[in-house]
Amino acid sequence: MAKVTIDGVEIEVPDGTTILNAARQIGGASVPPAMCYYSSLKGSGGKCRVCLVKVAQGSAKDPRPMPKLVASCSTNVMDGMVVQNLTSPEVLEARKGVVEFLLINHPLDCPVCDQAGECDLQNLAYEHGAAKTRYEEDRRTFEKIDIGDKIKLHMTRCILCYRCTMVADQLTEKRVHGVMNRGDASEISTYISKAVDNDFSGNMIDVCPVGALTDKTFRFKSRVWFTKPLDAHRNCTKCSGKVVLWMKDDEVLRVSARKDQYGEVKEFICNECRYDHKTLADWTVEGPRHIDRSSVIAQNHYEKIDLSTLKKEIDRQIEFQKGKPVPAPKTLAQ
Amino acid sequence: MQALTQRSKIVSNKKMTFLERIYLPAILGGVVITIKHMFQRSATVRYPEKEREFSEIYRGQHVLKRDDNGAERCTACGLCAVSCPAEAITMVAEERKKGEEKLYREEKYAATYEINMLRCIFCGLCEEACPKEAIFLTDRIVVTDYGRDSFIYGKDKLVEPIDQRVDVSKRQTKEVLEFKKQKQLTHNK
Repeated sequence: MAKVTIDGVEIEVPDGTTILNAARQIGGASVPPAMCYYSSLKGSGGKCRVCLVKVAQGSAKDPRPMPKLVASCSTNVMDGMVVQNLTSPEVLEARKGVVEFLLINHPLDCPVCDQAGECDLQNLAYEHGAAKTRYEEDRRTFEKIDIGDKIKLHMTRCILCYRCTMVADQLTEKRVHGVMNRGDASEISTYISKAVDNDFSGNMIDVCPVGALTDKTFRFKSRVWFTKPLDAHRNCTKCSGKVVLWMKDDEVLRVSARKDQYGEVKEFICNECRYDHKTLADWTVEGPRHIDRSSVIAQNHYEKIDLSTLKKEIDRQIEFQKGKPVPAPKTLAQ
Repeated sequence: MQALTQRSKIVSNKKMTFLERIYLPAILGGVVITIKHMFQRSATVRYPEKEREFSEIYRGQHVLKRDDNGAERCTACGLCAVSCPAEAITMVAEERKKGEEKLYREEKYAATYEINMLRCIFCGLCEEACPKEAIFLTDRIVVTDYGRDSFIYGKDKLVEPIDQRVDVSKRQTKEVLEFKKQKQLTHNK
């Protein structure tokens, strides 16, 4: 076991845990954001550099600080380590720079993009990034590609997090798509434009943190904040069958896997659940999905909560009105 | 009982004087006020023969603008609808097909776009939210009608005719124009 201190909060975690996962066990605002790390995909992380943190003290035996900021998703904790995330201005400055780098080639087509409203990069840019860009060169451009008949690839929006290729590698049997070329010329590509037709290929839509891979069956149907998410399940032989239905009136516009508070899917769903059951009669509805109050999808979204969580939320709001620092609203999530 | 405010007046029931009792001075005073108003400029105008001048930033009927080439600017992003406090705006988006590049500026466009003018409170938040400078409120008045259905304005009434452009240049403040210049430098390449 190792004792680490992250932003002044001490926690004991098993050896071999990464700093990011230790921070997630503490929870709250000091969890570093992550664009490429995905807990259910092996080998993910270390690419986007958004989760950079400062290690002010390496370990109890060797208390020297680490010379550079480290990626918290791929650095393991040591006993006696002291980590600074939000408490270090250096980290905030670096993160702002990383966001600017991520946005260099990312087009400003949020009004057209289907991911807008549930986009990790949008949230990240809003929280950390500057409103203006200093980049004056041409952005890289690509033609839109159909990966199979259900997935659309907008390579211009891709931030090269490699999550989708890991889905193809680890969830499906034969890999038919990957990243070609190097450096700023790299791009996602299907192997000689072969269509991805295995049963779990649709999950690359859910793992994509931006709008590079989007559901073609949902393309331009509705903006996400006009749809009503419902938790639902069905008996599926291939997967757990636990999904979110995105409804407009009585119509199922989209079926997606359930994401946790860090935007990660724990139980991947099969393509049959995702594409072939778009009628409400196929599903057992559990109730409205919890949507964080800070999300635009929470517009006109009502859900049933029990009185104790309601009281906690009211107390939190009262504290906020008094101008005190407020813990993150994770109370409603569970 | 304790008074709720300090402003309450204590009513007195004092006896009227002789002059007050004959009412004549008060009546004459009233007549003077009436005659004075006959020579003052009237506060109203005789609409519809005469129309009052509008402020440059009057918020009347909306217009969906076209760009310089005549293509519709609206890309059905839904930000106007989500910002609308009266929930007056609805839209259905569609993908632009090949050959329609001259009609619609972006790859997505609003196939239907409806504003319920009875719900609309003309606050102008849609104009403020629009990232594409597509929707503007103009100095045109929403005309009256008999049925409720006729107040749901579709694209036929909202999109400006290609040969009859609606001038909205005065609605763009200095800051907006400056911001637009910035945008042209970077994103609109």
